[in-house]
Amino acid sequence: MLRKIRTILAAVFFVLITLLFLDFTGTLHHWLSWMAKIQFLPAVMALNLVVVIALVLLTLIFGRIYCSVICPLGVFQDILARLRRKKNKYSYSKEVRWLRYPMLVVFIIAGVAGIGSLFQLLAPYSSYGRIATMLFQPLWKMGNNLLAVLAERADSYAFYTVDTWMRSLPVFIIAAITLVVLVILAWRGGRTYCNTICPVGTILSFFARFSWFKIHFDTDKCKNCSLCSKNCKAACIDFKTHTVDYSRCVVCGNCIDSCKFGALHYSRPSRNTSSSSSSPIDTSKRSFLLASALVSTAALAQKKEKLMDGGLAELEDKVAPERQTPLTPPGSLSFQNLSTRCTGCQLCVSECPNQVLRPSSDLMHLMQPTMSYEHGYCRPECNRCSQVCPAGAIKPVDKDEKTSIQIGHAVWIKKNCVPITDGVECGNCARHCPSGAIEMVPLDESNEESPMVPAINEAACIGCGACEYVCPSRPFSAIYVEGHEVHRKI
Amino acid sequence: MKKNISRRSFLKLFGAGSVATAATLAGCKDANKAGSQAKEEYKNQVEPPVGQMTYRVNPKTKDKVSILGYGMMRLPTKVDNSDEFDQDMINKQIDYALEHGLNYIDTSPVYCQGKSERCTGIALSRHKRSEYFVATKLSNFNHDYWTFEKSKEMYQNSMKELQVSYIDYYLLHAVGGSMEEFNGRYVDNGIMDYLLKEREAGRIRNLGFSFHGKQEVFDEVLALDEKYHWDFVQIELNYLDWDYANEISKSNVDASYLYAELQKKGIPAVIMEPLLGGRLANLPQYLMTELKSHDPERSVASWAFRYAGTPEGVLTVLSGMTYMEHLKDNLLSYCPLKPLTEEEMRYLDKEIAQKIVGLENIPCNDCKYCMPCPYGVDIPAIFVHYNKCKNEGSLPMGIGDSDYRKHRRQYLISLDRVVARDRQPDHCIQCGQCEPHCPQSIHIPRELAKIDEMIESLKRYPDGEMKNG
Repeated sequence: MLRKIRTILAAVFFVLITLLFLDFTGTLHHWLSWMAKIQFLPAVMALNLVVVIALVLLTLIFGRIYCSVICPLGVFQDILARLRRKKNKYSYSKEVRWLRYPMLVVFIIAGVAGIGSLFQLLAPYSSYGRIATMLFQPLWKMGNNLLAVLAERADSYAFYTVDTWMRSLPVFIIAAITLVVLVILAWRGGRTYCNTICPVGTILSFFARFSWFKIHFDTDKCKNCSLCSKNCKAACIDFKTHTVDYSRCVVCGNCIDSCKFGALHYSRPSRNTSSSSSSPIDTSKRSFLLASALVSTAALAQKKEKLMDGGLAELEDKVAPERQTPLTPPGSLSFQNLSTRCTGCQLCVSECPNQVLRPSSDLMHLMQPTMSYEHGYCRPECNRCSQVCPAGAIKPVDKDEKTSIQIGHAVWIKKNCVPITDGVECGNCARHCPSGAIEMVPLDESNEESPMVPAINEAACIGCGACEYVCPSRPFSAIYVEGHEVHRKI
Repeated sequence: MKKNISRRSFLKLFGAGSVATAATLAGCKDANKAGSQAKEEYKNQVEPPVGQMTYRVNPKTKDKVSILGYGMMRLPTKVDNSDEFDQDMINKQIDYALEHGLNYIDTSPVYCQGKSERCTGIALSRHKRSEYFVATKLSNFNHDYWTFEKSKEMYQNSMKELQVSYIDYYLLHAVGGSMEEFNGRYVDNGIMDYLLKEREAGRIRNLGFSFHGKQEVFDEVLALDEKYHWDFVQIELNYLDWDYANEISKSNVDASYLYAELQKKGIPAVIMEPLLGGRLANLPQYLMTELKSHDPERSVASWAFRYAGTPEGVLTVLSGMTYMEHLKDNLLSYCPLKPLTEEEMRYLDKEIAQKIVGLENIPCNDCKYCMPCPYGVDIPAIFVHYNKCKNEGSLPMGIGDSDYRKHRRQYLISLDRVVARDRQPDHCIQCGQCEPHCPQSIHIPRELAKIDEMIESLKRYPDGEMKNG
């Protein structure tokens, strides 16, 4: 019974949160963004005390059901483990203390010291978010695009084509390696990841030891058949001593179902027993960390070449300018705020409909979002990223508020400007500026006939990037947006 | 036949009398005849007959010219690669056209990114030179080609590409912007004198010009007939341009005027844009229905072709037939031409034309003269898409449009389908380089800016509120 309830709840949670990541149409986040907000680490980062206390209480009462139901990475591992159809595939092993607690310490230090990339690498929800955004969403989009092609043939507007592009190669590789490691760990040992590496698992384990309800043995009924140990994905049941390691038990209920003698119960136990032990080193965990660190320095993203019609001028792809200060979305308050709060879950990246947000390639902020305007700009009617962020790294802003938040300012690069290079009239930046912050003026103020070039009112510019996006100069725009460390209200 | 045999054996088996058998067989023959008749009717509906083409006689050379001419400006491209023209299909269509009596083929060195003449030459070289008349043009638009040498080179290259030793109809291409331009391109550099000599030498059998533009330029160039003896003139004529060309664009002339002037001088008219680049075949549903109800058996396009072919002073009507179906449909209209009555003509150029003008379409015929835009904007695709939405009644209208959300979604999605994002109107920088190339004198940058504004408003207001705010 416990197992059935757990499985149904987990399936619902997992499917919905995955849909939240996959959906690019902006319809689901109204209904589902709370699912990201009840995740443990994002709630901690957002200082969302209500959620944190609720989760701690939940664990104090029921044990680590968070890991079995709410955490998408945990459920994902159960799915992976299920793919191995072998029966009685697990066995009891001791707690890997020497790795488990140091990992937590490393994680906390990384968080406090602001080593965002290491912090996000270990955070479970973020790991799942990266896999969903980098690996699942492109597949989802390709499926959609296939339907869009069919819809086009049928003259229907039910589906439309969306661009799939490599937002960041390093993050893609990290997501892929994480997935491979998870597959191996889950295949071999069920919840090894959750009980040795995951910092949330370790934190919750402190509370789970004292939980009100627990799995416990009825020693009178137990025949020492070992089925419970062999079916425990957390490897925490020692049938010989009739003990359960509550720091590792995720309350999945598999043991209760597997016991033929009804010797296991999930209830308030009459007497307290706890056990702890240590186990041999699992080298795969080491290689996971090592590999991830190596990949962080991997090559930069490659751009796709597009084929043109014969009658159309070739368009060179735009290249992202080297911004001295990175751009962060309205609502993130400051670069500092974003980098300390963000858990790198990629939810904002997967939501962004204008192809502006992508994970940063900067090593210190590797998986955190940054903005660039080659494929589109931060459109005034959109505030999706601020609505979905569960960690308080991007605070909610409404659409009107957004038009007065200055996240950066436009900078003119004279040598690229087409009125000067091509001798034509342009003014496309001025025409498309939603803030009216650009006016065209003669290059030589004493000569009305000289080329008209943009004059930027930096005080009125909000840094949305419309000018940069529509600038005809390729591959480098003649006007680009430089980020502001701290966002301002204007 | 199999059916008959089985019937026969069936009857035999049941021992029917010989009389009855004979009667049944006779009945079968009748059914057979009706069947083949039905088959014939199917065929007649879509397959043009051979040997029925209407011809007009060129008063000067006595050329017997087919009323349908093949325009080589909208050649078919390969189905798997739209950058390459499908020579096999071009050959096939030219063969089919010649087989059905078409004998006038019109091209230019600038059509189809400069590949039209070569494709035409390849297709025509497979036929006897006496079977066709070929027309090409001195398309020296670019200032670099205004010199004598460059223009002469263009003329000589045309013969090489077309694989011919003489050109039947040679045109000064798109006269009408200004007299300065006319003099600069043809007179001051001495190329006109050279072409006159070529005509004397027989390498140009007919010399004329094609016209798009201002009336005073037309009058002045036509007056040069005294000096140059124009053998023919190519004008835009269709039931919309007959009386409304000037109303649609101030810098265009009504076809009724152009045709009347040519008639006065007895100069044959070659007709271009009889269908306005397909616009007259893509009318809003209610106009389609109206035309169809007048003649349910014939296509909407056939009205435009019969209209253009009816005036006796018309030598040939050019059509850029990309697909075999276009070709067959046009051949059906002209094999033979059933001239329109006076009443039918006025119905088209007054009633229907007025309704089309009321649609306020952008008068783009998708000729692609404006392309390529140096900044990559796909101008004709944007206009064609806009007109299509407008004529379908699916243009989002903001306040008061109960279908705003649906239309908005349709417009944005369908635009993305036909025009890449970085070729959409927001990338037009208003440099205006396209504008002088437009034969319809469309204010391209202005129209693009208007569409851009509309798109921006659609993107900003998903619910249509604040359309004017």
